[in-house]
Amino acid sequence: MNSDGNPIFGLVSTFGLMSLFAVGGANAAIPEMHRIAVDVHHWLTDKQFADVFAISQLSPGPNVLIVTLIGYEVAGFAGAFAATIAMCLPTAVLAYIVSGLLKGSSGARWPSLLRTALVPLSIGLMGASALVVSQAADRTWPAIVLTLAAAALAFATKVNPLWILLAGGCLGLAGVV
Amino acid sequence: MIQPQEKLAWPQENCLGLKLGRVYFFYMSLDSPPAASSGVDIRQIVDQTPPPGLIALFFAFAKMSLAGFGGVLPFARRAIVEQHRWMTADEFNETFALCHFLPGPNIVNLSFVFGSRFRGLAGGLAAFLGLVGPPMVLVMGLAALYAHFGDIPVLRRILAGISCAAVGLLVATVFRMMMPLLKRRELPPLLLMVAVFAGIGLARWPLQFVLLVAVPISLGVTILMQKRALS
Repeated sequence: MNSDGNPIFGLVSTFGLMSLFAVGGANAAIPEMHRIAVDVHHWLTDKQFADVFAISQLSPGPNVLIVTLIGYEVAGFAGAFAATIAMCLPTAVLAYIVSGLLKGSSGARWPSLLRTALVPLSIGLMGASALVVSQAADRTWPAIVLTLAAAALAFATKVNPLWILLAGGCLGLAGVV
Repeated sequence: MIQPQEKLAWPQENCLGLKLGRVYFFYMSLDSPPAASSGVDIRQIVDQTPPPGLIALFFAFAKMSLAGFGGVLPFARRAIVEQHRWMTADEFNETFALCHFLPGPNIVNLSFVFGSRFRGLAGGLAAFLGLVGPPMVLVMGLAALYAHFGDIPVLRRILAGISCAAVGLLVATVFRMMMPLLKRRELPPLLLMVAVFAGIGLARWPLQFVLLVAVPISLGVTILMQKRALS
């Protein structure tokens, strides 16, 4: 594999392949992104990975745009574009083809079966995402307390997630974390 | 009879919209519009609504994407079902269910499938580009800023705080999704969930490897449990 030779090629092949295994959406693929971008290719440091995760969660749009940030770190604007398209377009076209095939055969049993089977797996994956990112970020006691407080607030109330993120940013600015 | 083009108040939750860098609130209302109570009227309204063109698809998806902090789905549902009346709630759920069991970013899949329903491949592409394009340009700008200023101590502190909060949100989502599973008190799905968590989060095994083992097992378990529930 000459993925080191051409960074764009490396990004496209990495995220194109990853998207096909991204069950449960982008947030479930975070650990794999971390494994590839930090551990395998050393595109980002642990800290940078935690940062781009924070930026992607704070920005509007689909959460998958964390790959835009990773792509930029690797190869600038071209890398950002290539990574985003590689992660998004193949599965979107796949969904288009499958929806065309399913048309008319409504009431098929296997889509709901497959969905039921995938739910526990995607929950496990998202739990792993939370673990991987929190390990990539600073693991100080105040940071852990802030994480748990944000989790409790988001779980128990219907506060807009954006406010929780901004509150976290303010506490960070104040030097709490 | 409510005209299709008549815009109804967006119900539920407070929604934040971002436009041209300015954050402001949309009108909030807890009352659902009267037409929503009658399924027949909704059906007629959706049937009478002219299908969106390519440009309308692009801008509708761009708008819901830029408004979508922490997930675009609620905004997509609101815009497609309640605002534009392009689909009934059932049709939307059905389309989303399809995109949910397929791999890849769900909402991105949904945009392509949705657009193609109205305008074929070009429609799918228009909706896809609307959803992904504008926020991607925005995030590219943030990426450039981060590359230049990411090492400034003030920004480092802010990002550290946001990062903690973002992980917290993820943890909350995980627990929310887990509740129905816990309530059903079925051991096999919970064991699979923990196994995947351990394999990916603790052992850091490659995703492909874990899924190639876990998906067939989970499918088998689901089929067995459904059979047992029937008999």
